[in-house]
Amino acid sequence: MIGTRVFQLSPDDLRPRTEALHATGGRLQFAYAWFPAREEPEVRYVSSIPNQDDFDMWVVAGHRELPSLAETIPLIGWYEREMMDLQGLTFVGHPEPYPLVLRDGGTHINGNGFANGRPHLPHVDAGDVQQLPFGPIRADVVESAEFTFLYVGEHIIHYQPRLFFKHRGMETCFEGTDPQRAVVTAERVSAVGSIAHALAYCQAVERAANCEPPVRAKALRVLVAELERLYNHLHYLGHLCHTTTLKVGEAQGKLLEEIAKQLNARLTGSRFLRGVLTPGGLRRDLDPGKWLGDALESLREEFVAYVSRLETSESHLDRLITTGLLSEKVAFDQGATGPIERASGLNRDLRRDHPYAHYPELPLTVTTLNEGDAYARERVRIAEVEASFVLCQRVLLLLEPGPIRAAFEPAPLSEGLGWTEGARGSLFYAVHIGADGRLARVKIKSPSFSNWRAFPFTVHDTNMMDYAINEASFGLTMAGCDR
Amino acid sequence: MALWTLFGLASGKATTDWPRQGHNDGQEGVFGMPRYHADACSEGCEECANVCPTHAIEAHDRGLAVDYGRCIVCNLCTEACPTGAMLPSNDWAFGVRERGDLFWSETGRERSPPATPERIAFRRSLHIRHVDAGSCNGCESELQALNNPFYNLHRLGIFFTPSPRFADLLLVTGPVTNTMHDPLKAAYDAMPEPRWVMAVGTCAVSGGIAGGNYACGTGLDGVLPVDVYLPGCPPNPAAIMEALLMFLERAPQRVRGGRLSG
Repeated sequence: MIGTRVFQLSPDDLRPRTEALHATGGRLQFAYAWFPAREEPEVRYVSSIPNQDDFDMWVVAGHRELPSLAETIPLIGWYEREMMDLQGLTFVGHPEPYPLVLRDGGTHINGNGFANGRPHLPHVDAGDVQQLPFGPIRADVVESAEFTFLYVGEHIIHYQPRLFFKHRGMETCFEGTDPQRAVVTAERVSAVGSIAHALAYCQAVERAANCEPPVRAKALRVLVAELERLYNHLHYLGHLCHTTTLKVGEAQGKLLEEIAKQLNARLTGSRFLRGVLTPGGLRRDLDPGKWLGDALESLREEFVAYVSRLETSESHLDRLITTGLLSEKVAFDQGATGPIERASGLNRDLRRDHPYAHYPELPLTVTTLNEGDAYARERVRIAEVEASFVLCQRVLLLLEPGPIRAAFEPAPLSEGLGWTEGARGSLFYAVHIGADGRLARVKIKSPSFSNWRAFPFTVHDTNMMDYAINEASFGLTMAGCDR
Repeated sequence: MALWTLFGLASGKATTDWPRQGHNDGQEGVFGMPRYHADACSEGCEECANVCPTHAIEAHDRGLAVDYGRCIVCNLCTEACPTGAMLPSNDWAFGVRERGDLFWSETGRERSPPATPERIAFRRSLHIRHVDAGSCNGCESELQALNNPFYNLHRLGIFFTPSPRFADLLLVTGPVTNTMHDPLKAAYDAMPEPRWVMAVGTCAVSGGIAGGNYACGTGLDGVLPVDVYLPGCPPNPAAIMEALLMFLERAPQRVRGGRLSG
């Protein structure tokens, strides 16, 4: 696989390899299984190694039963459970052996023997501990998910989310389809990450086809990727103000988001920037003209004034500082990504560490903070908005006329890995092309899948009043996680 | 200390006066459903039908059968069409009362029945319970936008309510995943009568990309009785507002037989 160093391993190699990876500061990114030509499964583990451009890929072929690595590397636990649920594999010694992906009204694909249907909840034998189930349909216009709080008074003792109510089987929607056109499916995995998903998908199949998009296409890909980050982070700020009950701050944040979305539509015909990317480049040329630069500059000025107001609103800051603490160790071990990990002292960004599209040619500032609280997560995002404005203006300045699409012909039985740093963090697509030239397997690793795993660690042993603020400060989506 | 109230007052009104005539709907450049021009269609050509990922277009002996209820506005058909019979458009106001009005027809003659009388009591104010039955979050993003200062849905007397007990209208997004099927039915059962249902987004209307696979149903048909269908991927905030006003009979239905008028 281009962009990766491939190692064929036996199941017995896995644990020593994992220990070695852990010792060198490398990180498992994700794992998935697929069935080449409907034979025995192949399990693949993708990891990043410090100061190495290529990702390491371990391939374990022909085994349905593997040792679980979750004791050493907790973040891999969800990937193993997903493979147990969806591909029918077994991971021996898994610390959380119950199903992850819900099916058919709460029963699971391999679920049985759980009398209460809630194997994920700890057994509580104390009369004064109350249990509050919340969801899957919750107040306000929000995505579906179920949360259970075990609490005494205001104090949350234990918190357990149950996700995957929105599992749509999106990965299987790619199978058997034409690689050129399947980009419209990638755009519909998570709408607020349409570009991040489409770009990671395109880069994966482009690597499979040895295809290099033209310069103008790569520059415009950065432009739309940063426009996506802009409207997402602006929404985030407005929503965070909603939870701290800063009403005018909420209105202003959401108004700026609306302005950004309207710019998206004027540029691309879609408020979510859909219908622009295609393997090989762009589906059609975009004309940012002078108006986009001017509009972005006026949006930036309003944003700067907005942020300076937020920074002097004590009631807002009081609710954020020390709320939802995520330590660097937990962030690393549980696989937190994007602004979440960067607010907890982990200096990682795929745009810089494994550069793609036009990013190597552009000035990119990566902001890292150490506090790990809701305020740090807000400040990291504010800094990222400022960096996005700089990137957009630089792209507009440097943009040269030229072709926007290269020939794209993936060879049968090829494969590729694609990645992007979306607004919520790292996003990977692993793509396998079948003998017929159509997609045989597409694995999606979305940032919210990673951050949902880390989030509960910031809720245990906190209080109810902070919960909504903490959840908003993570900026999670269900659609990307559940797929 | 930040003077938010002063800032708010000094900023003036951000809200559009749309849907009043001549005001900004905020949707400049937004693509809607591709427009089908049957006269430009060449016989035997199936290019658009072959690329359509949701089978919204089917080739028949005499021209095409186009179902806008299945369209996800990916515009692959407009790129594939060699003759200009499928063209990109800004026709996004696709809210209808009858599923049949989303099928393209030569004359645009499908007609919705007149409104039921009991609905008149709900013209001035409407309370909506939203249920996400497995969307990609695009419809939620646009529904949340309805209460931003630009659209400010409250001004039209339309509100989202936390409890189905207070709701007149159940607004559903997503193809109805197997896991959300029962919670969705429970929310509907908890609503007092009279109650209505609106399918927002192509997934809720017909299933969309994932519809009918191992994890999803094919939208609301057969699950709940639907009173308003609004396809789109996602429908933009103005399209949702128009459809809500149409449901309240404060705006006309603009689509008949898959064609937008007026």
